[in-house]
Amino acid sequence: MQVVRHVALSVFKESVRDRVLYSLVAFATLLIGASYLIGQLTAGQDVKIIKDLGLAAIAIFGLFIAVFIGIGLVWKEVERRSIYSLLSKPIRRHEFILGKYAGLALTLLVNVAMMTAAFYVVLAYMNTQASDALRAVWPAPAADPGMLRAVALIVLELLLVTAIALFFSTFSSPFLSAALTFGLWVAGHFNADLRNFEVVVESKTAAYLARGIYYVLPNFAAFDIKAQVVNALPVPPTYLLLAAAYALVYIALLLTGAVLVFSRRDFK
Amino acid sequence: MTRRAAVLLVLLLGSVLGLQAVHERRSGPPGGTAESLLYVRSPEAMKRMALSYHSLLADVYWIRAVQHYGGTRLSTDPTKQYDLLYPLLDITTSLDPHFRIAYLFGSVFLAEEPPGGPGRSDLAVALLQKGLRAQPDKWEYAQAIGFVHYWWDQDYMQAAAWFRRAAEMPNAPNWMAPLAAVTLAQGGNRASSRRLWQEVLNNAEADWLRVQARFRLRQLDAMDQITALEALIEEYARRVGTRPRTWADVVQAGFLPGVPLDPDRFPYQLDPASGAVTLDRKSTINPLPIESSRRR
Repeated sequence: MQVVRHVALSVFKESVRDRVLYSLVAFATLLIGASYLIGQLTAGQDVKIIKDLGLAAIAIFGLFIAVFIGIGLVWKEVERRSIYSLLSKPIRRHEFILGKYAGLALTLLVNVAMMTAAFYVVLAYMNTQASDALRAVWPAPAADPGMLRAVALIVLELLLVTAIALFFSTFSSPFLSAALTFGLWVAGHFNADLRNFEVVVESKTAAYLARGIYYVLPNFAAFDIKAQVVNALPVPPTYLLLAAAYALVYIALLLTGAVLVFSRRDFK
Repeated sequence: MTRRAAVLLVLLLGSVLGLQAVHERRSGPPGGTAESLLYVRSPEAMKRMALSYHSLLADVYWIRAVQHYGGTRLSTDPTKQYDLLYPLLDITTSLDPHFRIAYLFGSVFLAEEPPGGPGRSDLAVALLQKGLRAQPDKWEYAQAIGFVHYWWDQDYMQAAAWFRRAAEMPNAPNWMAPLAAVTLAQGGNRASSRRLWQEVLNNAEADWLRVQARFRLRQLDAMDQITALEALIEEYARRVGTRPRTWADVVQAGFLPGVPLDPDRFPYQLDPASGAVTLDRKSTINPLPIESSRRR
């Protein structure tokens, strides 16, 4: 566990050195700029639009960090040949993989936490600018704590994406890993279509195949409750628990796969 | 070296800006608005492409709808075409079926008579009914349907039915049931029109809607004043035996203290032949809604 922590902290420090946290500046600029511009561009709903934009930006910024750092986690060490010196130390291969994953997860958590804080600051400011009459028709307060549920699911989605990127990173090049990770992320949003494939095809084999893919592919649509929280619609706690359990089990599966692949790699 | 690079950077930036200015001077400024195009008209296709960003994309389409409506309304083109308005609103509300303002404001945009809007009260009602399918308990949508029937279609039976339906929904304000009754009994009178617009003014969520409500209320004031002035002209004719040629005649006869002004402070125009009173052409509350005797 101590080893995993050391590896994780070194990944976190490296990402800070690589100026990953600069994304926070871009996020804050985007939100502050948008909050001003949107008031000029649209009729009403400024707060709704800022909420949508903020949650989407947290997810997208996080996605890019997860993919582009995730794909290089193992590959970089192999490319720089630092893997030889690392593995000659008392680090077991599974500790190396888990440490790398935990490090990037920590980077993402810090990023998302800071973006969320900036998001709430902007919303709190917009709240002070709104009239009582306007506030009365909002479905939820501007700085509604209920939005944290959507942020929590975004974090789970990002952790899953990181696990996918790390898994591919253990055996393929960064370019291929990025393509595969993005491909899975996109395909994971079309699960409902795969589930209903039998409605549009006559072939039973094709329908079973689609049904099989539906169960195997990561269901990223399950982590999207952004519209629900922005419109203050109910989200049952059991839904959140089930989505969390699904993400954790899938992550465990991918990390186990990554450890297995990495353990079998020959670095001699 | 760093200093030289910085100077070079500034020089190059200046050159880029200068060349752009020369380009603009030669070929004129770029077009103010993008060509009105909607590449994807299918809400279902758009929902697929949005992945998990339906809500954000709905905002983008809502902004496009507002820009399309505002841009067309303010354009100097005599044939104002609002062709994309409904498809944009349809995509917006398909991407986010709970986008309350898109239904409420969108229906106002759609129902507005040309040249201020496309004059499609049918599409306004269709949009609001789509909202009711998504949220069957939203009394605001039922009230807005009643409002479209009342103000734009002058179908007071339908309007009263929708106001009654709105009154039966959860959290409906207590003035909704009396409004339904008044609409059914005295559909189209100015008092109920005034009440409707007053409610719009009281509950307006955006400045432009507040401006619109005040505008309609000023129009109703002018219509009341015109009715009163025309009655006065008839009274003058009855007593004097002939219609007045100008307002000066009416003032001299003691019927009015001065030339009557509309709510915009423009003098009313008097037609000596018919005794009809109209707004000055320069008055900003022109044109008054076509009502003749209907709303009196």
